[in-house]
Amino acid sequence: MYTMGIDVGSASSKVVILEDGKRIVAAEVVQVGTGSSGPQRALEMAYKTSGLTREDMAAVVATGYGRFAFEDADKQISEISCHAKGIFYLVPTARTIIDIGGQDAKAIRLDSKGGVKQFFMNDKCAAGTGRFLDVMARVLETTVDKLAECDEKAEEAVPISSTCTVFAESEVISQLSKGVDRNSIIKGVHQSVASKACGLAFRGGLEDDVVMTGGVARNAGVVRAVARELKRNVIVAPQPQTTGALGAALFAYEEAKKMKKEGLE
Amino acid sequence: MSVTTEGMKAKELLAYYQAKADQDARDAKARGDLVCWSASVAPPEFCVTMGIAMVYPETHAAGIGAKKGALDMLEVADRKGYSIDCCSYGRVNMGYMELLKEQAITGKTPEVLANSPAAKVPLPDLVITCNNICNTLLKWYENLAVELDIPCIVIDVPFNHTMPIPEYAKSYIADQFRNAISQLEVICGRPFDYKKFQEVREQTQRSVYQWNRIAKMSHYKPSPLNCFDLFNYMALIVACRSLDYAEITFKKFADELEENLKAGVYAFKGAEKTRVTWEGIAVWPYLGHTFKSLKALGTIMTGSAYPGLWDLSYDAHDESLHSMAEAYTRIYINTCLENKVNVLLNIVNNGQCDGIVYHLNRSCKLMSFLNVETAEIIKEKTGLPYVQFDGDQTDPRNFAPAQFDTRVQALAEMMEANMAE
Repeated sequence: MYTMGIDVGSASSKVVILEDGKRIVAAEVVQVGTGSSGPQRALEMAYKTSGLTREDMAAVVATGYGRFAFEDADKQISEISCHAKGIFYLVPTARTIIDIGGQDAKAIRLDSKGGVKQFFMNDKCAAGTGRFLDVMARVLETTVDKLAECDEKAEEAVPISSTCTVFAESEVISQLSKGVDRNSIIKGVHQSVASKACGLAFRGGLEDDVVMTGGVARNAGVVRAVARELKRNVIVAPQPQTTGALGAALFAYEEAKKMKKEGLE
Repeated sequence: MSVTTEGMKAKELLAYYQAKADQDARDAKARGDLVCWSASVAPPEFCVTMGIAMVYPETHAAGIGAKKGALDMLEVADRKGYSIDCCSYGRVNMGYMELLKEQAITGKTPEVLANSPAAKVPLPDLVITCNNICNTLLKWYENLAVELDIPCIVIDVPFNHTMPIPEYAKSYIADQFRNAISQLEVICGRPFDYKKFQEVREQTQRSVYQWNRIAKMSHYKPSPLNCFDLFNYMALIVACRSLDYAEITFKKFADELEENLKAGVYAFKGAEKTRVTWEGIAVWPYLGHTFKSLKALGTIMTGSAYPGLWDLSYDAHDESLHSMAEAYTRIYINTCLENKVNVLLNIVNNGQCDGIVYHLNRSCKLMSFLNVETAEIIKEKTGLPYVQFDGDQTDPRNFAPAQFDTRVQALAEMMEANMAE
């Protein structure tokens, strides 16, 4: 039985196809999200990789910011539950999840069965999210995928104290104009992102293992900053951008089994 | 208005008396009688005794917000220099007042006012305020009084850092009441009518009694009442509690709910899946959205402390006024964290709630700042899941529907997971 999870985010679209709720047969990411061609392109890529079609899917669950805009799903489930499901499947020892996506930062606490005990999210502000890093990369004349490399070369982290993304951008420009080392500014930017996300994690009470997920978890500089801030090891989820879609595919599997059972009865 | 109210349903009575209260104020103004703008939990008993028509800026602003007219008023206040960090009820009201003032001075109705969905209310001849729900109300009403050059009656109600409320606090507040009476005698140019005062207090208690009857209907499971309805009906407990308008409407609504309960007619036609307490003021510009989002999840609101602010039960025959003073100071947001938690716990338990939604309201610092701590304590005591969302009572710019939806959906999923265990 095949099931599919689609995570229509604000900045990217992710699709995972599962076989029998266990084997990942496709996991695709397109770097544009809701309202764009992203969801459709991610779907097409997943079908191509797996050699399957929509008819082969026993159930489809949509999650993410654009979950209600995606019409071809059997069910919509919040990204909080989906990330929890996906991470717990990949890392059963996970008890604290830090998920930093395009416009959201979340901290989720799990119980020993993988259920969501508590979660905290950023308020309506993009500071400390993927968008924040996009803006900073532009002003620092680099790209998001090179930030971690620059961070590693830095000798120190220059504090970036402004909460507002726009003001933080001005702060970075001001540091650059003073001739401060660019890599140290990047490390400071990562520290700023980590400090906001960890603030959410501390509110829920920390418990090991701490797992990072979401697109920003691909940035090793932010992961190191989070580990420093939390003073503990941080596990990065395998393919961190697709854990929400994986959770959705797992929920779809449960849904399909339920539908099958109800159908038989 | 010579319409007969006989045979009207509660919903019709609500609309009728809301419109009538505004009409009363306009008529009073036209006759040359006094109109008073009042803070929502300031005692109306003194002004009503003196035959003064009452207008409630907070209710008025909420109505403007619900009718999607807040932004126009907020922009007027912005231009006058009011910071967006100030309460949006206050800013909507200051904007509205500025437009009315301009109209009065120039004789021309500003276009913004002419196009506004705001209920038409007249400018005040005096204002009365009370700091039992926040201190912004002091500066807000002082500003109204200064801008319009009219008297401002302030009833000072100290914060209760410990409970129970000490006698000296009640005594102090009773003196504040007597001082307000003296001020009114000067403003009105006639002695205070204590016999009428007695009747007004009795009327207020009858209104409060019927209001509490409604609130208790959400204790049943399934519930005949969705507490979102309290957000609508509360316009009358705020604005007309010392008149029979409130009593008549609430009695009708409580009777209807009791009949529905007996007949097995519940608020949700389908089964209610989960029950929540909503802590904080409604998001008026998105009242429909918040209601529908929860309803789509099968989540009914069976607890809310905000309408409970007007459970102003007191002994109407207590001439020391200590009982009335006690009622006006024990408002849960005027008390220590421990008491606030206890009040909310009762609401959660009585409503048989499965979770709690906390509105972190940019406008209402007093209600919101304590919510982070309150949420943690209640979680510890009940184990119930909760969510907090960012919003605002009347500034639509401070609320994001998608962010709200994600949070409440996750809460519903957590509540359902708990129930499945």
